[in-house]
Amino acid sequence: MKQATKELMTSLTIQRRVIYALFMREVMTRFGRHNIGFLWLFVEPMIFTLGITALWTAMKSIHGSNLPITPFALTGYSSVLLWRNMPVRTIGAIPPNLSLMFHRNVRVMDIYIARLLLEVAGATMSFILLSILFISIGMVDPPEDILKVAWGWFMLAYCGMSMALMIGTLSEQSELVDKIWHPLAYLIFPISGAGFIVEALPVEAQKYVLYIPMVHGVEYLREGYFGSRFHAIHDLSYMALVSTGMLLFGLVQMRVVAREVVPE
Amino acid sequence: MNVAVLNSTAATAAANAQVDPRRIVMRNVSKEYPTQHGNATIFEDVNLEIGYGERVGILGRNGAGKSTMIRLISGNELPTRGSVTRSMTVSWPLALGGGFQGSLTGIDNIRFISRIYGLDPNEKIAFVEDFSELGSYLREPVKNYSNGMRARLAFAISMVVDFECFLIDEVIAVGDQRFRDKCTEELFEKRGDRAMIIISHDPEFVRSFCQRAVVIHDRKVHHFDTTEGAYHFYHEHIA
Repeated sequence: MKQATKELMTSLTIQRRVIYALFMREVMTRFGRHNIGFLWLFVEPMIFTLGITALWTAMKSIHGSNLPITPFALTGYSSVLLWRNMPVRTIGAIPPNLSLMFHRNVRVMDIYIARLLLEVAGATMSFILLSILFISIGMVDPPEDILKVAWGWFMLAYCGMSMALMIGTLSEQSELVDKIWHPLAYLIFPISGAGFIVEALPVEAQKYVLYIPMVHGVEYLREGYFGSRFHAIHDLSYMALVSTGMLLFGLVQMRVVAREVVPE
Repeated sequence: MNVAVLNSTAATAAANAQVDPRRIVMRNVSKEYPTQHGNATIFEDVNLEIGYGERVGILGRNGAGKSTMIRLISGNELPTRGSVTRSMTVSWPLALGGGFQGSLTGIDNIRFISRIYGLDPNEKIAFVEDFSELGSYLREPVKNYSNGMRARLAFAISMVVDFECFLIDEVIAVGDQRFRDKCTEELFEKRGDRAMIIISHDPEFVRSFCQRAVVIHDRKVHHFDTTEGAYHFYHEHIA
């Protein structure tokens, strides 16, 4: 038993080292040392979110209620960035890293984890910094329940990571996945809950929209942010179930990929 | 370099290997690759045991599976059947220019490898800077290096981690004579007590540095207690 614990600890130490090394490598290859360097990690999503927020605010495109538009756009678009960019980073993640897999301890799993952590870190920092910015200039009221916000964000990240792992591992088996994901991501965007609240939809449409796991996360997140202004509809256990299903599927696929991968 | 002295230390190392429990064991290993027309078998039922301190050469025609063998031992590839167990730390296959990321600088590659193996990057950067003689080029992306520079960096980085067994795939043919001597000294003198598995087409080289050799021929691995025996077989049946 003691021996087993010791071996587990050694493995964990190695894995932590490898993921940290890959994480830093990812930061260097993606952002480099030029101009603002790794700040792009969250400046880029911030620009996106700011643009969308400005646009929606200007158009007063509030979908069927008197919701505060800025926190609506902020929560909506931030969560889109969180789940939509992760699969983009896991699709084709293995080939550019093949030469690093020369090192026995670098495994397929570590490459995915490092990339996903970086993506979550960027989207999270962008969300937090923009929240602080808007709150401090008075455009947004502070979240009513910050724990709910954090939990909703976590669930969205979990869902996005699971989906990304599934799509990423599938993309190693078929090039079609890459081709299909990009249009699909655009199609999911308008029904992912970013641009509407479920309550405002016709009852018939609500039923179908609630099949999409991200919708529940966004609704929960918004309930934490400005829950007294609308009636949130969500079922986090459904979201957790679908996400875990995708995660398990992704892990099984990953075993197949890991067996087939040949380091350069 | 004095080959006789090297061989005598190697002989004691081989004797120690009998009692030292650290080893690499390949049991009934087969390797197949899928191709357009069914599976191609590289080799079947390979059994090989290498103890700490032993130096074993691998001979065989081009495409016989020498590099595949090294990659199986390193764990870069998994056997189709059978098992490979390692009770000593084994290097990645030291080859010309493999194992780094082209878009990163030399320094960042050293950092990466130091982090993976839990070493202090700054200390290692100093060593590689000194050994590879690449100077300020270490701050350039590796993809801009010439083949020679890349090979020098690859060799220097390989010496950064203190492995118990080194896997060497033709890597010594690096750079000019002076640099080659430096590599030989670093690997075979300073690390003379380690186990090594060496692929080389140069008979002289294997004779001077290995105690025994295996020949891969027709999907089988033939074992020889001396490098002479291995070369005799090689010339008789293959070349």
